[in-house]
Amino acid sequence: MPAAPTLRTTPLNAVHRALGARMVDFGGWDMPVQYSGIIDEHNAVRTAVGVFDVSHMGEIEIRGPEAASLTDFVTTNAGYKLKPGQAHYSGLLYEHGGFVDDILVYKVADDNYFLCVNASNQDKDFEHIAAHNHFDAVVENAGPRYAQIAIQGPRAGATLQKLTPVDLGGIKYYWFADGEVAGAPARIAHTGYTGEDGFEIYVPPAEAERMWQLVMDAGAEFGIKPCGLGARNTLRLEAGMALYGHEIDASISPLEAGLEWIVKLDKGEFVGRGALLKQKQNGIRRQLIGFEMRGRGIGRDGYEVRFDGAPAGWVTSGGPAPSLNKNIGLCYLPIEQSVPGTSIQIIIRNQPVDAVTVETPFYKRAK
Amino acid sequence: MYPDNFRYTKEHEWVHADGDAGTIGITDHAQHELGDIVYVDLPKVGSRIDAGKSLGSVESVKAVSDIYSPVSGEITEINESLADAPEKLNTDPHGDAWLVKIRLSNLEELQHLMSAADYQSYVGAEK
Repeated sequence: MPAAPTLRTTPLNAVHRALGARMVDFGGWDMPVQYSGIIDEHNAVRTAVGVFDVSHMGEIEIRGPEAASLTDFVTTNAGYKLKPGQAHYSGLLYEHGGFVDDILVYKVADDNYFLCVNASNQDKDFEHIAAHNHFDAVVENAGPRYAQIAIQGPRAGATLQKLTPVDLGGIKYYWFADGEVAGAPARIAHTGYTGEDGFEIYVPPAEAERMWQLVMDAGAEFGIKPCGLGARNTLRLEAGMALYGHEIDASISPLEAGLEWIVKLDKGEFVGRGALLKQKQNGIRRQLIGFEMRGRGIGRDGYEVRFDGAPAGWVTSGGPAPSLNKNIGLCYLPIEQSVPGTSIQIIIRNQPVDAVTVETPFYKRAK
Repeated sequence: MYPDNFRYTKEHEWVHADGDAGTIGITDHAQHELGDIVYVDLPKVGSRIDAGKSLGSVESVKAVSDIYSPVSGEITEINESLADAPEKLNTDPHGDAWLVKIRLSNLEELQHLMSAADYQSYVGAEK
């Protein structure tokens, strides 16, 4: 059964369907949520290697003499500090300090920045950046020119190395190299969204199917598994990573989301800086914090959180943590309670169930 | 696949009745649709449930699903082993991973439920 005509598809759609994946509408994209099972796929990434189709993610290119100035004007992190071949996590903000999106910024060259953005935000992000482009720079919504495949897990490097002459050991974490994978041009980034070691490769869409099959073959000896959005979510939640639409959105600032480390107020003017400065001066009222369930039950997205019997906040993401054998989540709480060790209650089907706040990440890989 | 001596609901529960002694569970189709089951919430022994009303819930990694009672009656036993091993619902939903036992208060309700053959064609058509 093909995808509903209203949904967008990646170049790997037919591959997912042939593998028997369960497909879902993910922000307007027809995407695999699972193949063999979420826990099985999750465990493959933690112990061996898994491969994800993340071609739905958007790419935006900023080129020209003032590419760096535009990038720094629309993002929170210090793009000017990146070296060619280096990447970092950053935020695109509105003037009022809320998120347009959270993104990865790759510096290709002084006059060439490459942004990886959330699938359902790519058009909005592009328009936002273009609207602030008072610089000698060109902004391109380049999503259709790239497929993206994530290879994640302790054997990700060993898997991908079979397919490329680029020395992967020479690419430090959050650096990337432009080279070839299986003879096709590829941007090879030592990045991921799983809390595990791994790589994300950007390849031409026409090469995606061949690339996927080659990665599957290369990883066969390690027990590679195709992984869907379900495992991607449990993996990123264990790693304490934010997901747009859950931990962050237009109503949330990076300071509230615990992302002050991607905000460089001293780098000069940028969109949202004034609002963040004011928040710094006046203090924020709520902040994101992790929690673990103590009572029986699973606190899930949107559930109410109580402190001392009174409504205090809400769960942004919650679910089982397969690697930790616990039920975990992230929630917003008033700043006074948003510290580890606070006893809280999550309202699960009208019943308060005990939980306690904890530091994140929940899961940290052994180095 | 679907035992002939069970009756089935459109919401993918089954009931097996021996006189007024019933056993309720979810179908293999239901467990497959849910994926990895990680939590089961069941009613208290002694509670009275009406047919079509929520009996509890089953949670997969991604979602919570209500279980609706196929029949009316009083809960006489719950499957305590599911608290520590909810994953049994993925492997033996028609057997070891039954949910509750119930004393049926209206045996006629069984007539309104689907036979195994009807349920088989129902889930076949749903796909």
